[in-house]
Amino acid sequence: MKQYDTIVVGGGLVGSSIAYGLTKRDQSVLILDQGDIAFRASRGNFGLVWVQGKGGGMPAYSQWSLQSARAWPELAASIQEDTGIDVDLHQPGGIHFFLNEKERDNRDRLLKNISNAAGSEFCHELLDQKAVRDLFPLVSDAVIGAASSPHDGACNSLRLFRGLHAGFQRRGGTYESNQTVVDIQFQNPGFMVKTQSDTFTSARIVLAAGLGTRELAPKVGLNAPVSPLKGQIMVTAKVKPFLHRPTHFLRQTDEGGVIIGESKEDVGFDDRTTPSVMHALAKRAGLIFPMLRDVNVVRTWGALRVMTPDGAPVYKHSETCPGAFITCVHSGVTLAGAHAGPLAEAIANGDLGDFYKPFHPERFNVPKAA
Amino acid sequence: MFQRPLEDSRETVTIVFEGIPISVPVGETVANALIIANVGPTRTTPVSGAPRSAYCLMGVCFECLVVIDGKPDQQSCMVIVREGMTIHCQQGATDVTDVTTDVTDVTTSEVAS
Repeated sequence: MKQYDTIVVGGGLVGSSIAYGLTKRDQSVLILDQGDIAFRASRGNFGLVWVQGKGGGMPAYSQWSLQSARAWPELAASIQEDTGIDVDLHQPGGIHFFLNEKERDNRDRLLKNISNAAGSEFCHELLDQKAVRDLFPLVSDAVIGAASSPHDGACNSLRLFRGLHAGFQRRGGTYESNQTVVDIQFQNPGFMVKTQSDTFTSARIVLAAGLGTRELAPKVGLNAPVSPLKGQIMVTAKVKPFLHRPTHFLRQTDEGGVIIGESKEDVGFDDRTTPSVMHALAKRAGLIFPMLRDVNVVRTWGALRVMTPDGAPVYKHSETCPGAFITCVHSGVTLAGAHAGPLAEAIANGDLGDFYKPFHPERFNVPKAA
Repeated sequence: MFQRPLEDSRETVTIVFEGIPISVPVGETVANALIIANVGPTRTTPVSGAPRSAYCLMGVCFECLVVIDGKPDQQSCMVIVREGMTIHCQQGATDVTDVTTDVTDVTTSEVAS
């Protein structure tokens, strides 16, 4: 039986980013993926490469997001070179609209707190109504201002997904679908991974199975407290470019469709769309850009975010089963640069080190005050 | 290519496609009328500019988009003809930045002779 350097459990954006990064470091890598019926945040996300507002209360997460945004151009170039796929990365800075002063003041406070805790490079600018209008001539009077951050951007996340898989296989990686992992045995050293139909062995294992990581983590002595948080998105017919910067809930793709999103619902393992949320999304989009009311919506969908209790990533190297790593992340697009770069580097070296300590799941174990 | 039954005795209305009047029995869809008039492609795609015309005729494929009475992105297979209706080909993506422009200025070279 072939012994791989690393088995990555989960073929979504997180797993394939890490796996691609590992193949770039000359590892032999196997991705074990479920089939098409798996919940796949990777096919449902919004496509932002976003730093603004990330990591309030956790400076390491702010810095990690920025590090990833800065690593992104290298990832995009690498995918283009390996596969010819253009993932349409653009990082012109991102906009967060305000509809009232309370929204503005809360956001300003959050961004200032992040800047104070994580460093002055987390700069943002508050734009007044006129400045917003200068950037977006079609915006309505309902928008009283916006926060602008220079680090933000977006990509075509479906092409990213395809590009990572194509690049991974181009570099010799092996991809197996319809392989639901049912057991992982630590063989000290190495791992035996059992699926419903096969058995595979490797020196190391990375659990990047999204919501499935919760169930698998204890098999390698780890804890992955993740739960689903539903998001719903709609996309319009393709229209000529009018939105040249991504915003927090509305962006225009390179092909012209306007993606409208940013709903959050804690409803368990249910990724269906609902008329009430779609109505709310359409209403808000039409309030900000009134001419969108005349544009057709062509598709809607729901997906489940992989949420940790504080919304920040979990990365951990198992102490009891050395060589096993877990990753629990809801920002698979934004963090793709960091996952294919420094995280893959650390896993290839066999140890995460102190840098990843703020991301350990033990932070959730703090006893509640009496 | 397509023809109506010779004994068709329904009343007709006149629609105007790219400036050309077309007589259509009442109750037909715009897509149907344009297919029987053999006008050829009725839109170009937003990304590659490829020519397209009606395909599924049941509201699913969005290939039959045209500009009807100045309103873009209309599924012609889902719209029933009305007297005096003006129809234009839809060229690529709609321009939402210029909503006050008279979209009936859109022209095409694809009109069948």
